[in-house]
Amino acid sequence: MANSLETKAVTKIYQTDTGVTRAVDSVTLAVQNGEFVALVGPSGSGKTSLLAMLATLLSPNEGEIIIAGQSLMEMSDRERTRFRREKIGFTFQANNLVSYLTAMENVELMLRLNGKYDRAGRERARELLARLGLGDRLNNLPRQLSGGQQQRVAIARALIHNPALVLADEPTASLDTERAYQVVQTFANLIHEQNRVGIMVTHDLRMTAFADRVVQMMDGKIRRVIDNHEEITGFSRGTLSSAPPSEPRAPRLVPRLAPS
Amino acid sequence: MLPIYLSFKEMWRNKGRFLLFSLVIALITVLVLFIAALADGLGNGNREYIEKLNGDLIVYKSDVALSITASQLGREKLLEVSRVPGVTDAGQVSFSSTVVRYQGAKELNVSLIGVGAGKPGEPPVVQGRGLQDRQAKEAIIDRNVALTTGLRVGDNLTIKSIQGAKEKLYTLQVVGISDGRQFFLQPSVIVPDLTFEQIKPGAVPTGNESDLISNIIVVRLQHPSQWKQMESVLASQVSGIQAVDKVTAYENTPGYAAQQSTLSTQQFFSLLIGVLVIGGFFQIQMLQKVPQIGMLKAVGASSPVIALSALAQIVMVTVIGVAIGTAATLLMALTFPATIPIVFSPMAIVLGVVSILLIGPLGGLVSIRYALRVEPLTALGLSS
Ligand SMILES: Nc1ncnc2c1ncn2[C@@H]1O[C@H](COP(=O)(O)OP(=O)(O)OP(=O)(O)O)[C@@H](O)[C@H]1O
Ligand SMILES: [Mg+2]
Repeated sequence: MANSLETKAVTKIYQTDTGVTRAVDSVTLAVQNGEFVALVGPSGSGKTSLLAMLATLLSPNEGEIIIAGQSLMEMSDRERTRFRREKIGFTFQANNLVSYLTAMENVELMLRLNGKYDRAGRERARELLARLGLGDRLNNLPRQLSGGQQQRVAIARALIHNPALVLADEPTASLDTERAYQVVQTFANLIHEQNRVGIMVTHDLRMTAFADRVVQMMDGKIRRVIDNHEEITGFSRGTLSSAPPSEPRAPRLVPRLAPS
Repeated sequence: MLPIYLSFKEMWRNKGRFLLFSLVIALITVLVLFIAALADGLGNGNREYIEKLNGDLIVYKSDVALSITASQLGREKLLEVSRVPGVTDAGQVSFSSTVVRYQGAKELNVSLIGVGAGKPGEPPVVQGRGLQDRQAKEAIIDRNVALTTGLRVGDNLTIKSIQGAKEKLYTLQVVGISDGRQFFLQPSVIVPDLTFEQIKPGAVPTGNESDLISNIIVVRLQHPSQWKQMESVLASQVSGIQAVDKVTAYENTPGYAAQQSTLSTQQFFSLLIGVLVIGGFFQIQMLQKVPQIGMLKAVGASSPVIALSALAQIVMVTVIGVAIGTAATLLMALTFPATIPIVFSPMAIVLGVVSILLIGPLGGLVSIRYALRVEPLTALGLSS
């Protein structure tokens, strides 16, 4: 099966007055289509920086990234923008949706951006939202939806235009445990069904239960990779013997508040 | 299409806020249009007679700084001016202010203007006939006098004028009606020069036409396009005079320039306030939308889409505001009494409307620039 995502020794260095940070340090990773990867690690370990580079929003200092057969390195800013709207789907931690568009319109927006808005697309958007349990919420504005419902709209938005790569930044951060499980499970199922590459950054280890692979980062480096189903289950329950002590053992019960 | 879709949806889903802001722009429009109308109305009231004069140059006594009241020119100057080659005709014109009594005891302040019968300075009539005799007890009234008093051609006109310490009444016959010929913000009664000498307030009639002293001489030229050269020709061939074109003449009527510049300053500041208000509104709104714009850019909305949707919104809000404001202004203008010096010239309305339509996007430029600078990276909570 094709590798829709490949990174080769990707490195991101931040230079500030106080010094140099190797936020992402020589990360090499290959993800197959239909694979759902959870990216975990302590705060400051470089998860978001890596995600931003995969999203073409940040340029690596070294290394290479190839998505859907295309190297991101030679692209101009305009090409990157176009690449993002065609090949990448996003869900963000906060401010996911356009406040003045309904759930349906937010999903359709990706089709409009790509000039592919038509009856068939509209039908797909409706089905996708129904699949995510929002069949009766199509015409609600974001402010009329709960946090979990908004995240699900964002997931539909991330998938509607058939992207090669779906990136989710802490999709469960503002949800309670029950809803978080539901959201991640549906997300994982859709990645599998539609045969896309899914990468989810999460602080909540329990959410890794639905992943095919867990990539654990530390100080910018991949500390370890778990791709065995049983080990992942153990990891997500916090019972995996070699779980690093720096990881929070107890699952976070209080949802992290998104900045409003 | 997408930018219009986005800006329209945003306005539609926030109707109250955007309508309110359109109303603010409507108010600015009303203000700008009324100041323009007032400037036109007042300016017209001051310059109309001179602007419409059937002559090319106005001759003043020299060293009076183009003050009509201070200028005194005798009959001999008229003869000298008439003899200058290139001058085809010239007429003495004198100004005073008096009162028309009508419909019993009603009174109307008017400019009393003495002209040579059939000479430059006498306005063409739209009804009746022109002045025929320099001594005749006849008058041309301008449209405004006719409208206010209801006088018609053939009617008797009563002029009330202070002579010495007493009021005296004179009866003239209306022989013609001209179009609007206001002077010194008053409608006009035009009478033959010798009649003027007798009935003007404080008259000391000599009855001798060679003594006739006027304020200005209106000169008609053989080649009107050469007025500039003729100004100096006249000044060099006739001693003690100064000749200027009509625009210079009315711009030097007392208070005219000061009044017009006051009004255009007011108009300028209304527009400036407009720019700041519109700019401020869209900028505040833009600040609130920064996270959303970062997100839109992250999912692949291009800079042109972002900029055009912001622009489309500014244009729509401004157009709606200007439309409401213009409609409101014209409706209000209908209810205004004719005596208020407000003139809505199509030119001034177009100019006012266009300038507000331009200041909208101008005010919004800052916010558009700001939107273009939002980094998509902020959607992930990072900054570069
Ligand atoms: N713009 C920047 N300038 C300088 N250093 C930065 C910048 N952005 C991030 N860093 C540093 O890079 C490192 C990795 O940051 P990153 O946000 O990728 O970590 P993270 O794993 O997403 O953390 P968290 O779990 O807290 O979100 C951190 O040490 C951080 O301080
Ligand atoms: Mg992060």
